[in-house]
Amino acid sequence: MKIYGVALLAFCYLVGKLVGVFLGKLLDINGDVGGVGFAMLLLILLNAFVRKKGWLEAETEKGILFWSSMYIPVVVAMASILNVKAALSGGWLAIIIGLVVTLSAFFLVPVISKIGRPK
Amino acid sequence: MMDLVQNLIGKNGLVFAFLLVGLIMFISFWLSNKLLNKRIPGVAIAVLAGLGLATFGGEKGISDIPIFAGMALLGGAMLRDFSVVSTAMGADISKIKQAGLAGGVSLLVGVFFSFFLGALIAFLMGYRDAVSITTIGAGACTYIVGPITGSALGAESGVIAISIAIGVVKTIVATIVTPLLAKRIGLDNPHSAIVFGGLIGTSSGVTAGLAATDPELVPYGALTATFYTGLGCLLCPSIFYIIINSLV
Repeated sequence: MKIYGVALLAFCYLVGKLVGVFLGKLLDINGDVGGVGFAMLLLILLNAFVRKKGWLEAETEKGILFWSSMYIPVVVAMASILNVKAALSGGWLAIIIGLVVTLSAFFLVPVISKIGRPK
Repeated sequence: MMDLVQNLIGKNGLVFAFLLVGLIMFISFWLSNKLLNKRIPGVAIAVLAGLGLATFGGEKGISDIPIFAGMALLGGAMLRDFSVVSTAMGADISKIKQAGLAGGVSLLVGVFFSFFLGALIAFLMGYRDAVSITTIGAGACTYIVGPITGSALGAESGVIAISIAIGVVKTIVATIVTPLLAKRIGLDNPHSAIVFGGLIGTSSGVTAGLAATDPELVPYGALTATFYTGLGCLLCPSIFYIIINSLV
């Protein structure tokens, strides 16, 4: 059943967030440190495990794949609720720093990608 | 009649958001396929349309207008993170292991680089007190690191607002520029997507930009980007503030 997949995803999400929030508390930051990352790693590991055991039914997988196909629509909705007005009215300082920092970081991608790159 | 419709949409905000986003996607893909010959990906047009809609509202974009309130639920942190996690189903663990070191390095370099470049520009533009410079540098990390650092150090609200604005500009720039520059910076494989996530760090910008470039790269970028804000909140108000304080 599809709900098994959705429930598995929900389990990974909540455990990951819990680890993230716990780590945040430990580091004395009021928030979630890497919760999504831990959840993703957990899902990757659980996925490999149930696949190996042959427990993953196509229907279960569809429950997770549905959400992963909803990802782009969610991003579109997210873009529509950003504070774009503030970004534009934050003045030249905000626009210059945001632009320069982001564009410069782009050009570091090929430099750091050299580390551990497969031959 | 109008009241009736408004009332109905008000009570069914999320469902209305599904319809609205579906329409945006449909029109964007139609434009991309028929008019632009796929030169600009449909996803990129859809995200731009979303940003355009946001200008009609205020602090919470279009969702400030009551009938569009459902967009805040569909595009909010809960469903965003839930669907981002689900993309991990398509990620290949061996590729993540291989890029582990590069991912870690990119996170540290990303936070360090963004902060100090942002702080330097703030200094050049006339800021001289350590608290303001640190808050602005933190804003150059993400729009969450900025206000958290600013309130921890007791910065003025105007400076905190600027730090948020910088973070939002960063998100928007990453969203728009990623598909345009992807080829030139070699962003076409999981390895560089992991590095990209660590360097840019703004989860929304990284994932939206990668989605518009190649949806298969999204899980890899999201994986590192999710640690960025936490690392920024850790370093900016502490070590980085001490460094800035000793410099000015």
